[in-house]
Amino acid sequence: MKFIIAIIKPFKLDEVRQALSNMGIAGMTVIEVKGFGRQKGQTEIYRGAEYSTNMLPKVKLEIAASDEIAAQVVETIQQTANTGAIGDGKIFVLDLASATRIRTGESGETAL
Amino acid sequence: MKSILFKGAALVTGAVLLAAPALAAPVAEAAAVVTEVVEAAPAVPNPGNNGFMMTATVLVLLMIIPGLALFYGGLTRSKNMLSTMTQIGAAASLAMLVWVMYGYGLAFGPEGNEFISWGKFFLAGVTPDSTAATFTDEVISEYIFISFQMTFAAITAALVLGSVVERMKFSATMVFTLVWLTIVYFPIAHMVWEARGVFFVMGALDFAGGTVVHINAGVSALVAAYILGKRKGYPTEPMMPHSLTLTMVGTGLLWVGWFGFNAGSALEANGSAALAMINTFVATAAGGLFWMLTERAMGHKGSALGFCSGVIAGLVAVTPAAGNSGPFGAILLGAVASVICYFFVAKVKPALGYDDALDAFGIHGVGGIVGAIGTGIVFSPALGGPGGDDFAMGAQLVTQISAVAATIVISAVGTAIAMYIAKAITGLRVDEESEVNGLDISEHGERAYN
Repeated sequence: MKFIIAIIKPFKLDEVRQALSNMGIAGMTVIEVKGFGRQKGQTEIYRGAEYSTNMLPKVKLEIAASDEIAAQVVETIQQTANTGAIGDGKIFVLDLASATRIRTGESGETAL
Repeated sequence: MKSILFKGAALVTGAVLLAAPALAAPVAEAAAVVTEVVEAAPAVPNPGNNGFMMTATVLVLLMIIPGLALFYGGLTRSKNMLSTMTQIGAAASLAMLVWVMYGYGLAFGPEGNEFISWGKFFLAGVTPDSTAATFTDEVISEYIFISFQMTFAAITAALVLGSVVERMKFSATMVFTLVWLTIVYFPIAHMVWEARGVFFVMGALDFAGGTVVHINAGVSALVAAYILGKRKGYPTEPMMPHSLTLTMVGTGLLWVGWFGFNAGSALEANGSAALAMINTFVATAAGGLFWMLTERAMGHKGSALGFCSGVIAGLVAVTPAAGNSGPFGAILLGAVASVICYFFVAKVKPALGYDDALDAFGIHGVGGIVGAIGTGIVFSPALGGPGGDDFAMGAQLVTQISAVAATIVISAVGTAIAMYIAKAITGLRVDEESEVNGLDISEHGERAYN
């Protein structure tokens, strides 16, 4: 099993969620996060006072997937969240040691 | 609010005394005196004017709370939201109580000279039948006039606090307000609006309070900010407005309430009030748009806060001109004031380095000065103003500028005195830990958002 973490632009969330649903991903966790990469921050101006914020809002997705479809999940996210501009985000894949469904106690891939 | 002559109970008594000897006088003489008695008979308030002025009065209250409270509150950091709004509500309430105790007497009392008046303390002698003069032969109930003027004292006291929020003790704001009203506001209100007042006699034009309210509050705010010192971390730490949504709501309430402030200053529901009303629409609209245009011209985005700031700048500038300008003169005034205020707030303030937290001086003070001097220009019939054909712009400008300069001096000196008295009694400023934690929790024991 793989644990996939993707940092994407917030406005791409719906599109990515739709694409992943279409390929059979049954669930994911979405977190609103802040951070910076090559895109750096943005400037806000209030009555002429300029503030540079060095963090930008992003959305972080966490998805647990079986080994067979993990590569396809990564590819789908990469293609859907892509705008061609800096700041599109990154995808990380980790090995997942176990998964348990709380309601039934099932474990392994059946719990995904 | 140009001329205030009371025709109440005193005149009735006078007329009766005049009539008494006439009983024994020859018929012809008696007839003459009777005519005089008829002329001096007390005017009865027109219910329409009374109703209009009651509405105008509560509209000014709407400007203070929640209007100004939300406008200022939204501009502060979230940890100081309640503190800012509470200071406004409490300062305004204190002003109301002081007004009926001795403020009205000091500003509009029956005895007095060109700088101050006295009498009618604790509203002595005022009854539901008492009347106050308007600018025509009409009168309005004196209690309404007292209430209307009371809201002006209240909002001016609240406006000053815009520069000192986020660091001044609540107790200090109360002491300051009490002293400041007594030694600054009441005398200036007398000098500008009372018939014996020095600026009134000079012929200074101030329809609804450009000098008394806005220049006065703005300059006082600047001096108070200098004496109090900067907020901890200013200007290096970001201090962004915590809710421009609430600031926009407050701006809308201020604009709506301002119709009571400006049109109500005609003291009756007549053409002068109508002129003030349309000017309060168009000068404000020009102010809002021209601030955004200036932002664009400076290479920035037209912003919501820019719109709100421009709206207030336009309202402030049109205040002295409300019934003293044609609509197109008012548009000019709103636009010019907005552009000048922008440069003051965005360029001059950072260069000088003082911490006028919510730009009470940058917008009310500067906009007020532009408006008060500009009123001497737009009053001209050549620009569609209500001035007569003999209107001499040069002489009027000299009068306007002298009134502005004198107001600046009185406000600055009086504010310095009031701030040092507040400092001696309360210590003036919260300690560093309280300031970092926010005044909501450290001064009031509450949080705005849970």
